[in-house]
Amino acid sequence: MIVLTALSLPFMLREPIDLPPIVSVELIQISDKTNIPFAPKARKIIEETKKKEDRVVSEQAPPAAKAKEKPDRIPLPDEKKEKKQIVKKKQNPEEVKPEIRQSSEFEKKEIIDTNQIAALIDKAKEEEAVKKEKNEKLTQSSVKNSFATGLTLSEEDALRAQIFGCWSVPLGLPYDENLLVRIKLQLKKDGTIMKSEILDHQRMNRPGQKFYKVLAESALRAVRLCQPLKVPPTGYEKWKNIQLNFNPAEMLKG
Amino acid sequence: MKKIFLIIITYILSFNQLNALIEIDITRGNLDPLPIAVSPLHIDIKSEKYKDIKIEELGSNISSIIEKNFKGTGLFNPLKKEAFVQKPDIAHLKPRFEDWRLIKAQALVTGKILVKNEKLKVEFRLWDLTAAKEMTALAFTTTPSNWRRVAHIISDKIYERLTGEEGYFDTRIIYVAESGPKDQRVKKLAIMDQDGSNTKYLTLGNELVLTPRFNPTNQMVTYLSYFRNMPRVYLLDIETGTQEVVGNFPGMTFAPRFSPDGKKIIMSFAEDGNSDIYTMDLENRIVERITNHSSIDTSPSFSPDGKYIAFNSDRSGLQQIYVMRSDGSDVRRVTFGKGIYGTPVWSPRGDLIAFTKVRKGRFYIGVMRTDGSGERLLTENYYQEAPSWSPNGRVLVFYRETKAGSKGEGFSATLWSIDITGYNERKLSTKTDASDPSWSSLLSK
Repeated sequence: MIVLTALSLPFMLREPIDLPPIVSVELIQISDKTNIPFAPKARKIIEETKKKEDRVVSEQAPPAAKAKEKPDRIPLPDEKKEKKQIVKKKQNPEEVKPEIRQSSEFEKKEIIDTNQIAALIDKAKEEEAVKKEKNEKLTQSSVKNSFATGLTLSEEDALRAQIFGCWSVPLGLPYDENLLVRIKLQLKKDGTIMKSEILDHQRMNRPGQKFYKVLAESALRAVRLCQPLKVPPTGYEKWKNIQLNFNPAEMLKG
Repeated sequence: MKKIFLIIITYILSFNQLNALIEIDITRGNLDPLPIAVSPLHIDIKSEKYKDIKIEELGSNISSIIEKNFKGTGLFNPLKKEAFVQKPDIAHLKPRFEDWRLIKAQALVTGKILVKNEKLKVEFRLWDLTAAKEMTALAFTTTPSNWRRVAHIISDKIYERLTGEEGYFDTRIIYVAESGPKDQRVKKLAIMDQDGSNTKYLTLGNELVLTPRFNPTNQMVTYLSYFRNMPRVYLLDIETGTQEVVGNFPGMTFAPRFSPDGKKIIMSFAEDGNSDIYTMDLENRIVERITNHSSIDTSPSFSPDGKYIAFNSDRSGLQQIYVMRSDGSDVRRVTFGKGIYGTPVWSPRGDLIAFTKVRKGRFYIGVMRTDGSGERLLTENYYQEAPSWSPNGRVLVFYRETKAGSKGEGFSATLWSIDITGYNERKLSTKTDASDPSWSSLLSK
């Protein structure tokens, strides 16, 4: 037993990154069967994301923005639609309840018509696909971290809010390009930065990617400006390595 | 055996989770102007005197122009010099980063000036204060009287390094300078630096002038003036001052613009109450008719790649904006909103068209995508029109008129600029009343 566990250690250290997909599948199965233990958590996530959004909007909008809004100002039709869709997604966990109940009721009945069965299977597939998509979209980063046992949601939020305040987003970025900048940090116990690394740094020197250099530099500036980062007092081993994914695409569109 | 296997798997999983990297998505930031410190440029002690230029003031004059340029963008917040913590000469060698960070600066500009043998040498460095490193450093040599342009060029280089897009400071604006009472306006062609300095008049004001436009090299201007009481399109060489009427049209020509390669002029020609769009090749003088419709087609503007033309036409009843291929084929209406649309101008980036919209007696300057979607009205006023793009496609300049009293009192015409986001509306300083602005491309390009 001891030998086997000892043998498993180097094996794990070599390939530590394959877990997140497995974890996300587990989460979906749990929510399908029973939503009771996880519902409060899901609600918490939603509430927190809503709070966060509210907070960010008020932080972001300069006072001139409201004054500039005119009755005749024409909003982009695409924007309107997108907003509505997002709202629906946020309400996802509450919508899931009746759907699950409905399918279980069907199962109890004796169904003889094969067409009905086929239709039911198709519907179930569709529902599952939708649920999967919704779940993934809703708590993408939360899923990653809660199972990584690194930071709690509130700790993560505090850190995120701190960096929001430090990041001066450069204007003039193209809105139709990939604007993701991934920065890997090695932190000291007090939250100061020991080492920072831009993961796609080779992109900075590619022709036509001048904006990426500017964006990456702004992200690095934000991290340095923010230090010491607001990290939990305990569990250093869990958060000493952290990756920040900067992406202003949504912000620039909005 | 099964149990052992399960324990191993559980152990592996838990250990793996501990080692998974925490990822946090940062999708929001602030759009506050970037705090920047522009240190006065240090004057080298070996500098010699040059004519009437006060060399000892040159360093602070250049830094003031850079500061003014930055402030005007709305993207930077130049910090007050009183708070500066290091002398310009020492800061230029190597700044004490931690001291500059104390005054909340994120970037620092330092520089040095040397005037020797009737040449001005200006070098500057841009420092990233949070990363404690130099971001860029350049030096320019020119005649000392060109010091203002050097300040603009430095501003452009810094802007480009910090925003990722080209600057627009080393540019000029040509416009119609207006003076006199409203019913007897004297209109002259005038040219100035984008910051309002160095105004020069290109015509005397004997004839009415309208709609001046630069060619891509900024050497030539096409505009509308009167020849034997007939509005005609003119061509003016800024360097030599020579003027000529464009083409031999038997009627009124107006609304001229250059093609992106500068080889053609596109304009409207009106005959018997109908106007259509024509081009004239400036090398071989061949005239080509682009539209052929019984309606009024005017205000043509090429896309930057020269493949398309945006124009306005009343062929559907009300005046709307249309886009067609440069040979006149494939005409598509792109605006369908309420009100009338005019003066379409294609962005130098090629992604947007700026326009003037009139609805319920109010005038709007707006932008939209080239297919007409995503219309955004940036500013509204009693009377405003004629948007013109900055060379980087980020800012629009236009003019605004105020309502006059019954005797023409209270009337004024002024130039304004606005960012395409709808923020940072600013009045441009001009020596007289001004209208019909047109922004040049970068002079140093």
